[in-house]
Amino acid sequence: MKQDMTHKEHFRTAVYQTPFHPRTSALNVLNVWHRWKDYTVSDAYFDTPLEYAAIRNACAVFDLTPMTKHRITGPDALAFLNRLVTRDVAKIKPGRVGYCVWCDDNGQVIDDGTIFHLREGDYRLCSQERQLDWLSRSALGFDVSIVEDTHDVACLAFQGPTTCAVLKKMGLAGVEKLTPFGIGYFPFAGVELMVSRTGFTGDLGYELWIDPSRAVALWDALFAAGADYGIRPMGTHALEVSRIEAGFVQAGMDFLPADSAVRVDRTRSPFELDLGRLVDFSKPNFTGRRALLEEQKNGSRYRLVKLDIAGNKLAKAAYIYDRNDSSKKVVGTVTSAVWSPAAKANIALATLHMPAGLPGDELWAEIYYQRELQWAKVMARCRVVEGAFFDPPRRRANPPADF
Amino acid sequence: MSVTKYDAIVVGAGHNGLTNAAYLARAGLKVLVLERNAWIGGAAVSRELHEGWIYSNCSYVCSLLRPEIFRDLDLSRHGLQIVPYGGGVTFLQNGDILGAYTDHDVQRRELARHNPRDADAYHRYSIDVMRQCRFIRPLLLRTPPDPTSFRLRDLREMLFLGKEFAKLSEQVIYDTLRFYTMSIADFLGEYFESDAVKARFSGSGIIGTALGVYSPGTAYVLLHHYMGEVDGSSGAWGFARGGMGAVSDALGSALKAHGGEIWTDATVEQVIVRNGKVRGVALANGDEINADIVVSNLDPKRTFLKLMDEKDLSPAFLKRAKNFKIRGSSGKLNIALDGLPEFPALGRDNPLRFGDMHFVDSLERLERAYDDWKSGTWSKDPYLDLLIPSLTDPTMAPPGKHFMSVFVQYVPAKIHGKDWTDADRDGFRDTVLDQIARHSPNFRQLIRHVEVRTPRELENEVGLTEGNIFQGELTMDQLLFNRPFPGYAQYRGPVSGLYMCGSATHPGGGVMAAPGANAAREILLDLRRPNPVPEGWTDD
Amino acid sequence: MTDSRRIIIVGAGHNGLVCAAYLARAGREVLVLEAADQVGGAAVTREFAPGFRVSACAHLLYLLDAGISRELELSAHGLKLARGSLRTVALAAAGEHLVLGAGKVEAGPLGAADRAALGEFHTRMQRFAGVLAKQHNRRPPRIAGGGSGELFAAALLGFDIRRLGRDDMREFLRIAGTNIFDILYESFESPQLKGALALDAVLGTNLGPRSNNSVLTLLHRLSGNVAPGLPVGGMGAVTAALAAAAAKAGVTVRTGSPVARITLEGDRVSGVELESGEMLAAGTVVSNADPVRTLLTLVGARNLEAGFAQRVHHLRARGTAAKLHLALDRMPDFTRLAAEYAGERLVIAPDPLYVEQAFNPSKYGQSSTEPVLEITIPTVHDASLAPAGKHVLSAVVQYAPYIPGTGAGADARRSEFLDRVLNVLERYSPALRQRIVAAELLMPADLEREFRLTGGHWHHGELALDQFLMLRPVPGAAQYAMPIGGLYLCGAGCHPGGGVMGSAGANAARAVLATGGGA
Repeated sequence: MKQDMTHKEHFRTAVYQTPFHPRTSALNVLNVWHRWKDYTVSDAYFDTPLEYAAIRNACAVFDLTPMTKHRITGPDALAFLNRLVTRDVAKIKPGRVGYCVWCDDNGQVIDDGTIFHLREGDYRLCSQERQLDWLSRSALGFDVSIVEDTHDVACLAFQGPTTCAVLKKMGLAGVEKLTPFGIGYFPFAGVELMVSRTGFTGDLGYELWIDPSRAVALWDALFAAGADYGIRPMGTHALEVSRIEAGFVQAGMDFLPADSAVRVDRTRSPFELDLGRLVDFSKPNFTGRRALLEEQKNGSRYRLVKLDIAGNKLAKAAYIYDRNDSSKKVVGTVTSAVWSPAAKANIALATLHMPAGLPGDELWAEIYYQRELQWAKVMARCRVVEGAFFDPPRRRANPPADF
Repeated sequence: MSVTKYDAIVVGAGHNGLTNAAYLARAGLKVLVLERNAWIGGAAVSRELHEGWIYSNCSYVCSLLRPEIFRDLDLSRHGLQIVPYGGGVTFLQNGDILGAYTDHDVQRRELARHNPRDADAYHRYSIDVMRQCRFIRPLLLRTPPDPTSFRLRDLREMLFLGKEFAKLSEQVIYDTLRFYTMSIADFLGEYFESDAVKARFSGSGIIGTALGVYSPGTAYVLLHHYMGEVDGSSGAWGFARGGMGAVSDALGSALKAHGGEIWTDATVEQVIVRNGKVRGVALANGDEINADIVVSNLDPKRTFLKLMDEKDLSPAFLKRAKNFKIRGSSGKLNIALDGLPEFPALGRDNPLRFGDMHFVDSLERLERAYDDWKSGTWSKDPYLDLLIPSLTDPTMAPPGKHFMSVFVQYVPAKIHGKDWTDADRDGFRDTVLDQIARHSPNFRQLIRHVEVRTPRELENEVGLTEGNIFQGELTMDQLLFNRPFPGYAQYRGPVSGLYMCGSATHPGGGVMAAPGANAAREILLDLRRPNPVPEGWTDD
Repeated sequence: MTDSRRIIIVGAGHNGLVCAAYLARAGREVLVLEAADQVGGAAVTREFAPGFRVSACAHLLYLLDAGISRELELSAHGLKLARGSLRTVALAAAGEHLVLGAGKVEAGPLGAADRAALGEFHTRMQRFAGVLAKQHNRRPPRIAGGGSGELFAAALLGFDIRRLGRDDMREFLRIAGTNIFDILYESFESPQLKGALALDAVLGTNLGPRSNNSVLTLLHRLSGNVAPGLPVGGMGAVTAALAAAAAKAGVTVRTGSPVARITLEGDRVSGVELESGEMLAAGTVVSNADPVRTLLTLVGARNLEAGFAQRVHHLRARGTAAKLHLALDRMPDFTRLAAEYAGERLVIAPDPLYVEQAFNPSKYGQSSTEPVLEITIPTVHDASLAPAGKHVLSAVVQYAPYIPGTGAGADARRSEFLDRVLNVLERYSPALRQRIVAAELLMPADLEREFRLTGGHWHHGELALDQFLMLRPVPGAAQYAMPIGGLYLCGAGCHPGGGVMGSAGANAARAVLATGGGA
């Protein structure tokens, strides 16, 4: 059920349970949880490598409810969003989803997220961080209504090669017709179930959106239908592996939201996050436009790169150098790193000072690692990779295969 | 008449005087601290005024005490323990509350109950205030430069200031300039919509200050209450275990460990000046004590207008001292309670009871409280900062009993231009008790003892002119190189050998110990001794 | 049509006209669009009762930049003072009036210490005001990120302060951010003197004498370095002369042409649309309207970047000054005021505490019970403003906080305040009500409507340290060019602020020319 957090006694519950909690708690045999905004969610249920394997091999379910959601409606909804984000929202037609970033006046990324064009003129904006303040302030001069409705929508990420087959088996007729970033509506337990072909794993997958009162029913239906398709719950640890393999950046990890930066030079522009494709200068006005035009003219300070690092030592928080001799200089740091089971590679996202980081540049990672309590250091050669580390064709297949 | 000779005499055993003396003693000087009262501590004291109850009867919470000094003087070993307290609550007229919970998400939900947008704006507010804290912290343990001087050291310090400024981005520099000149109400208006939310945060903009929430300059006063920390938790406040006297006791102990002496019941009547040089002090009992260095922990009005001979000072300097703004604006009630008062609006077992409580829920009520002060009387609907330290610190009252500390704003130094009478004091007390009792039905029955401290008592006992808790207003004209006076912000007085080390000097009031330490650095610099005072910790 | 080269100036206030004249003299094609049927903006003379004319908003001239006046040959274009160097008469109800000239007392009760202190105070404040005056015709520097030119400009400001010498510099740095109340109590004894000086500091502001920033506002007021004067024909004569100078330079002025919005093409201005629907193209638009109106109404917040729009949104522009106009059937008598002083600047502010009391209710959205007034009777010096033998009384009255709206509520507030104002006036001029032929009281909401001033604020935004120099009107846009290609501000909302000065207009013209506008 939906949690009521608006009464005076809310403090007695510091951390709330999501509408899926009756099910997730039963499955979480490791009993490892962490706080995600108002809620507690599973870091792992039974075994992270196996949960991860389900994402790439069968299908896995992730409780996405705590993600911040806003409903944006009103006559100026489109104009408002178009002034807010850097890409052209007019190109996101009803029934479609678009990934986007939004910036402050200095062209520094405040957050990234997805815009769901639910129905004509009716939008949902999902974000990593809470955005009501910035959205409300950005609404000056627009006839638009902005409501944060995080708690009104229960949400599951359902990811992996067998997901389409499971949803079909669940009775979602025509779900296979959804193309990537498409939205479909299906009747379920007397309410409307929204399904979007979106996700954070870089694989075939969907996200399921439903009224909290039907959350448990949805979970049960999904697991019943998925029983023969290898369905597993997954926690944040497994998701994180797939997220890095897909090459997706995460606020608070790979960049600091501009409105959280106390120190100067800690913020990043879309160009510096390798998200220049999301910036559309053909729009006459959006917040950050003037600064980003300047940056385009004068050059960026940083470059976010994907690195394939020699060897198998995890490059977490590693310094990156331009060469491996006594004259070496630090050119950046790793922000996310993981061993990729899919690519069988030692991968990382890193932020480098310009001009370092072009494909073919010589780069070295200084890695500190521990084996049997003993620390050691290694310099490992890095290769700049273009595109995702793991990018299976099934992610874009239309219609998706059953497995 | 006995004559004794010391290297340095510190007048007043307040926390800054003790800090100053401790550093001088550590540098090898023969130091004597002279205290008028029978106890040390100035306004940082713990006093048993009702048997079994310990009152922090002036300053009552601790955040600003510089951690660099805490460590450097090893105050932990000398018995000081700072215990953080959490949260706080504002009681609203409509029976609801606005809580300040320590947990980030709980606090956000609490703000969202009142205004969802404000709940998210709080993040931006915290970040912006944090920027200002980071800007000001490196300046606390430094001597302000004289902007009119071309001396190398002043130029270097100006350059340092400029560099700190340049570390900010262009927009943040503008925001900083605005922040230092705006009213707290206008500043908060750029973040919040809810009046209750604004009222809650604006309290820090007026505490100890003879300005209203609409007065330009109060945004800075907020920073003065936010720039402290407890164990790296920026802006957090705590109790000194055993009351604020524990701070002074630890400093006194550190001083003695370095060979310094403290005389209590020793009232300094005059600073002796001969041939334009300080020669020592004369005590009320007729004793003269000689020293070539006299450091005053007192406020400038007391130091220069009471302890010094007019002829030893220039007319221009005297005018500065006379015009120094040190205004009584606050008072205090210390209450011994037979049990824990109920606050029905809080509900049972609400953790907010451990924190600070307030009963004024709108900017207009706060400003009207200031209007009362302007018209020469205590606020009829005052702003209270109420705490029950005994909930956190078991040493403050017998088991099951409680000590309640009630800071009150605004309270003028005089009532309609006349001295406080006992009847005034009782009227003031009842105003305060009434406001609390409106929110706590059993409060009155629990009262066993009340100590009422108007500016009159603060001045008479602690020696703070007009009872001003910061030893001088924290306004632009009395900050940084203007504190206490332009041209005298480097701790040196107008006579050779005379120094100032109280809160009236940079960086100002609060139990910070930075003025005392900074003054010690300047004194030892003049003596060409190595500087023992720690530098501020670098960016965290 | 040479649209992209045309410069449109929105509003024919004094700054708009100054800006237009300079741009035209530099060879630009300039069209000024004025909403009202006459030029002048808030520096205008109009008939408020049959046969009675008055300076309808600003009513004294004391800041007009001498250089601009000379360069634009305003005397040749008809500007003449009916009376310069007005003295200030601090009225006392009992008749012990205090007559103040520049830094000295000319008549009335004042002790020797105050007399001496007054001279010293005046000299010092005038020196400090000189520091501000030096900035009037300069573009405010950017503090960072602007390169060496900006650093040099910032250094110039520092140099101006240093040139005061050590003692004055210290005093300047001490008092610049503080309040007039404390400074007056440091300096003087006489409440009457302090009251009059306190009033000077708070006129036209949303400040009481005890509010910090009120020293700055006084310095701003003094920065013209002349005592106030009355132009022949009222303040409209100033703008008439400016209009003539502009016309001579080739400027076209269209009155009765209110601008509905500033049009954009891409991220540049493309012209304006009038309320009539007429579209006028221009490559450069300079707005003499206030910043909030220009940016949030004429351009529209949605066409700005969000952070900038918020800054403009939070600009403080809440007017507290009302304007009183009385048509009188003969010269009013003020208790025991010698006839020779009746034409001076009369102030009702008997004590700083009185002024502060008047300010108090305005914080809560209420008008003063006992207001303060700055009064002139211009007809003493300029008979052209009223029928023979009759007189006009013009007064700035505070505090009447801006409350938006019209209708019965506004009418009731206005008539209630008028009653209070007349009650106060009659304390000094007992039979005044019997002299009144017609009365007009313009509340801030009326000023907003009539003169299109946001919040009815005379200065287009509060003059305070947080909205001063490089922070005026908002940080990041203090160099006249707005963050939209081809859009400039030239009004009192920019540095150096309000008062009939003209410097903002001239500075804006230089900024337009420097960035190639209209070329």
